[in-house]
Amino acid sequence: MSVNTTQKQHTAGILDIRNVIGALLGIYGVILTLMGLFGDTETDKTDGINANLWAGLIMLAVGIFFVAWVRVKPVVVPEDLDTGGDDPAYMEKH
Amino acid sequence: MASPMSITALASDTIINAGAVDYLILAVYFVFVLGIGVMASRGVSDSVDFFLSGRSLPAWVTGLAFISANLGAVEIMGMSANGAEYGLPSVHYFWIGAIPAMLFLGVVMMPFYYGSKVRSVPEFMKRRFGTGAHLVNAISFAVAQLLIAGINLYLLGSIVHALLGWPLWVALIVAAAIVLSYITLGGLKAAIYNEVLQFFVIVAALTPLTIIGLRKVGGWGGLTDKITSAAVKNGTSAGDQLNSWPGNDISGFSSDLLSVVGIVFGLGFVLSFGYWTTNFVEVQRAMASDSIASGRKTPVIGAFPKMFIPFITIVPGMIAAVSVSEIIEVKAGGSVPGGSSGKGVAYNDALLYLMRDVLPNGLLGLAIAGLLAAFMAGMAANISAFNTVVSYDLVQEYLVKDRDDSFYLLVGRIATVAATVIAIFTASLAGNFSNIMDYLQTLFGFFNAPLFATFILGMFWKRMTATAGWVGLVAGTGSAILVWALTSFGNPWTLPGQGSAFLAASVAFVVDILLSIVVSLMTAPKTSAELNGLVYSETPREDLVDANEASHPWYQRTIPLAGIALVIVVILNILF
Repeated sequence: MSVNTTQKQHTAGILDIRNVIGALLGIYGVILTLMGLFGDTETDKTDGINANLWAGLIMLAVGIFFVAWVRVKPVVVPEDLDTGGDDPAYMEKH
Repeated sequence: MASPMSITALASDTIINAGAVDYLILAVYFVFVLGIGVMASRGVSDSVDFFLSGRSLPAWVTGLAFISANLGAVEIMGMSANGAEYGLPSVHYFWIGAIPAMLFLGVVMMPFYYGSKVRSVPEFMKRRFGTGAHLVNAISFAVAQLLIAGINLYLLGSIVHALLGWPLWVALIVAAAIVLSYITLGGLKAAIYNEVLQFFVIVAALTPLTIIGLRKVGGWGGLTDKITSAAVKNGTSAGDQLNSWPGNDISGFSSDLLSVVGIVFGLGFVLSFGYWTTNFVEVQRAMASDSIASGRKTPVIGAFPKMFIPFITIVPGMIAAVSVSEIIEVKAGGSVPGGSSGKGVAYNDALLYLMRDVLPNGLLGLAIAGLLAAFMAGMAANISAFNTVVSYDLVQEYLVKDRDDSFYLLVGRIATVAATVIAIFTASLAGNFSNIMDYLQTLFGFFNAPLFATFILGMFWKRMTATAGWVGLVAGTGSAILVWALTSFGNPWTLPGQGSAFLAASVAFVVDILLSIVVSLMTAPKTSAELNGLVYSETPREDLVDANEASHPWYQRTIPLAGIALVIVVILNILF
């Protein structure tokens, strides 16, 4: 579905779900990484793996990937979507 | 499909000791959930926005929401319980019991739902068969959603109680208030965003649990060795637990052939097609997508993560069965006091105990957040489907016609509040009448089997009449209940396991089809013009596909994607 080019357009910004996913995973990644570095690693439970550190780093990477994805391919929203139109065109197809 | 969790009273001690960092992780999650409600509310301005999310979401978002709406905690805990009790045959609930039906919905049925511009599954019923079938479908669906939302809420409350030690009533009200605020603010879009978020949190929590758990038991080889030696000690067969076919323990049939037939036809065809293709909770997610092509791709994209979910739900259950001392004891036939129910450790607790044994504080908080998110998402899915059916199918259709859009938006918001309050009451009810609620949950499964028969016949046989629509539904549901009651209570036909559910659903399907054909031949059919967009032979081919889809690369088209998914599922079935 193509976006009508005569309309004013803006990007979905913070509302873009990829930003939301990226932010949540990023915050969790930081918390877990810090726990892995400075907290009790409880290696008796985890069979010697620093589970918090590894999981934290991976989540941080995935979070950054999502935010980067938004930067590379922003979603363009037609202006009237915010003002009451029921125009189904939301996403400019890649 | 989730197996019903037993609903019983509560434990007095917490199973898991949550630390400050775990509470921090939980708090961050709730900030996000409520933030999404507030942000999504800015984009909600008319009723299509509120109920169908403005039909504006890309396919990967609705695809993840599609499986997330079903990946409730009842499913996660129920499937790890199945894994602990039965082992690998539990994968049938995914590979046979979900994937084929999801692909069928995307490839065959979605064009009718999306293309006819109906706003709900019951509305399709109305257009195809008229008032009788519509009322039966809309009312039974709405009532079922209320009760299921109540069950989800109750289980959520009892898990919070068991994990964090909050009193049940506090947990119930806090959880209900959170779900209520994000749905009333943001409607379906907020529900879908949260489902997608929940998907990532669940995967992030269960993957390390599985990997570390597997390492501790010595990898896959260690796991199978331990299951084998435990089976020898308990006098059961290890082969049944380590091979997905023929799955006699799951189906309850002692004959291998009957078991395979029961799983393929009963679970794989009737129950699963009924659930995945006609359940509005699921179909609503696909309807919220931005084009007919995305609508069709929604369940197909969802199929890919869905087929790997057994590895982070069933496998941890199997690990818990050989590594968690309480679950080993239960599997050996012993009983252990405690558990999340307070009435003794059950297989349903397998995942919670494995979390306790394996995850350090931090990841533990993530796992708790994931489970709570899963319960809330399940409840939110029920409620957002309920408010759509109430405002479009019941109020607008039969009670207050021809008002402007803002009126129905208001009705939807009131329905949401009412549903939440009722869910709190059904949740308290669930605590007192545990067996009744278990049975009700099983019964609602039966509504879907005849529904699928009526839909599929109605979509492909233009001769099928309005009378046949409701007669088939009522008779099919009735016969399912009868068969189920006979095999559950009346000897000598009692079947163990899921066999009676498979049989009841199969009978309902056959009765519905036969009666619909007989009644159709005796009553007058609708004209071709009335059936445009609703019946395959009366709809122009170009209305059923997206004209733009042919220009997309192959990996963005429905049919090639569905083909790949099917091949992977066949390979998985051969491997395990």
